[in-house]
Amino acid sequence: MKNVLCAVAGAAAVLISAPSIAQTTLTVATVNNGDMIRMQGLTSEFTAKNPDITVKWVTLEENVLRQRVTTDIATKGGQFDVLTIGTYEVPIWAKKNWLVPLDKLGADYDVGDLLPKIKDAVSVDGKLYAAPFYGESSMVMYRTDLFDKAGLKMPESPTWDFVVDAAKKLTDKSAGVYGICLRGKAGWGENMAFLTAMANSYGARWFDEKWEPQFTSPEWKKTLTTYVDLMKQAGPPGASSNGFNENLALFNAGKCAMWIDATVAASFVSNPKESKVADKVGFALAPNTGLGKNANWLWAWSLAVPAGSKKVDAAEKFIAWATGKDYTKLVASKEGWANVPPGTRTSLYKNPDYLKVAPFAKLTLASIDAADPNKPTVKPVPYVGVQYAAIPEFQGIGTQVGQQFSAALSGSTSVDAALTAAQSATEREMKRAGYIK
Amino acid sequence: MARMVTTRRKVISTAAAWLVGFLIFFPILWMVLASFKTELEAFAIPPSFLFFHWTTENYATVQERSDYFHHALNSIIIAGGSTLIAMLIAIPAAWSMAFSPTKRTKDVLLWMLSTKMMPPVGVLVPIYLIYRTFGLLDTRSGLIFILCLGNLPIVIWMLFTYFKEIPKDILEAARMDGATIGRELIYVLTPMAVPGLASTLLLNLILAWNEAFWTLNLSTLEAAPLTVFIASYSSPEGLFWAKLSAASTLAIAPILVLGWFSQRQLVRGLTFGAVK
Repeated sequence: MKNVLCAVAGAAAVLISAPSIAQTTLTVATVNNGDMIRMQGLTSEFTAKNPDITVKWVTLEENVLRQRVTTDIATKGGQFDVLTIGTYEVPIWAKKNWLVPLDKLGADYDVGDLLPKIKDAVSVDGKLYAAPFYGESSMVMYRTDLFDKAGLKMPESPTWDFVVDAAKKLTDKSAGVYGICLRGKAGWGENMAFLTAMANSYGARWFDEKWEPQFTSPEWKKTLTTYVDLMKQAGPPGASSNGFNENLALFNAGKCAMWIDATVAASFVSNPKESKVADKVGFALAPNTGLGKNANWLWAWSLAVPAGSKKVDAAEKFIAWATGKDYTKLVASKEGWANVPPGTRTSLYKNPDYLKVAPFAKLTLASIDAADPNKPTVKPVPYVGVQYAAIPEFQGIGTQVGQQFSAALSGSTSVDAALTAAQSATEREMKRAGYIK
Repeated sequence: MARMVTTRRKVISTAAAWLVGFLIFFPILWMVLASFKTELEAFAIPPSFLFFHWTTENYATVQERSDYFHHALNSIIIAGGSTLIAMLIAIPAAWSMAFSPTKRTKDVLLWMLSTKMMPPVGVLVPIYLIYRTFGLLDTRSGLIFILCLGNLPIVIWMLFTYFKEIPKDILEAARMDGATIGRELIYVLTPMAVPGLASTLLLNLILAWNEAFWTLNLSTLEAAPLTVFIASYSSPEGLFWAKLSAASTLAIAPILVLGWFSQRQLVRGLTFGAVK
C-alpha cells in the first residue's frame, strides 16, 4: 500500500514539476519562537526565488530540539541541513568540527553590518560558524505609572541598591502588585541565566583561571542573599516555579512593577494585543553595583550547517536569505517594522522606521553592547559566555546548581547550604571531566 | 429505615464519585477550554472559566501551520502497528509461561520486567547509530519496532496474569470431552480471555500513542507522530498556551474517543481477577 502511494505521489510530483529541475530538499530544525514561526510563514518567498530548493521545517521546543539536534550531529545522523542553535553551542560545536564555516553567504550579505558582540559570539578564530537570526540581551522593564505614583524615577542604568529599594516600596500585596518578578525555575537556561548575569554584576564568577569553582566566594553569597531576600519581600508567591513565560504573563496582567528578563520581551509587553499595561512600560539597563558590569546576558539564536551535510550550498543560500538585510525589509513590508527580528544588525538600529515603532530599540542595543562573552565579569575567567560557560559540562552543572538556588528561593534550604551544595556538585563534575584534580 | 440509609449512601457515594471523576478530568477540560480562548485570555489572571470570547482561531492556526492529519495518520499506524505486533509475540509467550511453566519462568518474567527499569536515554546513542546504519531513522517501521520492543514486557506481564486466572481444569475438561487444540482455543479459552486481551490491547495502544521519548528522538518529518506535533507548540520564550492547548486537544482526541467507547472492556479487564 505504501509503495503504491509512493508511486502515485512520485508520478504526480514528476507531472507537476515538469520541466523538471533537480530538487534539493532542506530540512530546517528550529525552535518555537515568534520570529522563527514568522520565518516559516515566509518560506515561499525564498522558494519562489530558488525554485530548485524545497524547505521543510521541524519545529520543536527548545530543550527537545537541543537534545534532538545534539544526538543527530554527534552521531552524524544527517537528519537536518540547517540547525537553529544558540551562542552556547556555537563555540563548543565549532571546536569539535561539527559545523561548517559559513564562508559562502554571498557578496551582498554584509558580514560587517552584524553587531560586533553578536558576531563574536557566533565566531571561532575569526570564522563565522553560525549566522545570527535574532539577538537578545536582558534589561529592566518597569511600570512607569507605578513609579510616578511612588515618586520614584528609574535611572537609565540603575544600581541593585536602587532596584531593591524600589521593589520594596512598590510592593502592594493586598492589591496583588509585586515590586519585582524574576526567574526562579531551576535550569541552566532558566534561573541560572539570570543569576549568573546578576552574579557578574556583583563581581562573582563561575570558575577562577584554574577552573576551580567559586561558589564559596563572598561575591556569590552577596548575589544569592540579595536575590532571595528581594524575592521574599517583593516577589510574587511561588516564584521558584516562574520562568520567562510565567513572568511575562504576570507582567502583562499588571502584577509586577519591575521585571528583568530578555530584551525580546520588550515587544511583547508593549504590544496592546498581549499586554494590559502596554502603554505604561519603561525600559532601563540591567542593574549594576558600580563594578563596571551590568547584570545582562547575551544570546543569539543562529542558523548553522552541520558538518557532513551534502547540501551545504543550498543551506548557505537559505541562511543568507533568512539572516540577510533583505529579510528584515521583507518582514517589515508584510508584518510591520515592530515584528522584524531584532539584535543582529547595526543597520536596523539606524533605521528611522524601526526606531519609530520600537521605543526599546536604543536600550536593546546598549544592553547587547554592554555584554562581553569574552570578559563576562570583573575578574578574569577561563571560559567564554556571559550567562553560561561554554563548556559541554555546563548544561548538567548549571541545572544542578539551578536546583539548589531554586530550593533556596522556595525556602527549603538556606543560602549557605545551597552555595555549599553548588560548590561540591560543581567540583565533583569538574574533577570527573578532568578540568581540576 | 434501612432503605433510606442505602439511598442516602448511594447519593453520597455517587456524588463523591462524580467529584473525584471531575477533579481527575479537570486538567483535560481546562486544556480544552484554553484551546478556545485567545492567547491573552488563556493566561488572564484571574482566569475566566466559561465566560470568555470563544474562538476557533487556534485550531485554524494549528492546522495551517502544521499538517495534523499527516501526524495523526502516523500515530495511528505506529501505535496500532506496534500494538498488534506486540500482541502477536506476547500471546504465545504469556500462554506458554502461564500454562506450562518451567522452573526458569519466574526468572524470565523478572528479567523482562527489569528491562523496563533502564532509562531509555541510556541507550539513545547506540540505538540512534543502529538506526542510522540501517536507514531506519524517521521511518514508521523503525518506530513500530522500537515501541513494540519497549512495550513487550508490560504486555507479556499483563497477559500472563490474566491467563493465570483461567483454571487449568476447564481446559482439561474440554480435552476430556474430545476438543482439539483449535477448538479448545476458540471455544473455551478465547471467551474467557477476551476481557484481559482487550484491556491489554487498549492499554498498550494508549502507551504507544503517548510515547514521547523515542518518537521525538527517532523521527523528523515523514514518520513524525502527534507527539512531535505537540512539541512544536511548546515554547519557553513566548506565550503559545492557547495554540498548545488546541494542538494537545487534537492530539488526544482520537485516543480519548476510543477509550470512551471501550471503557467497559477496559474496566472489566483491569479488575479481572482482582476479586477471587
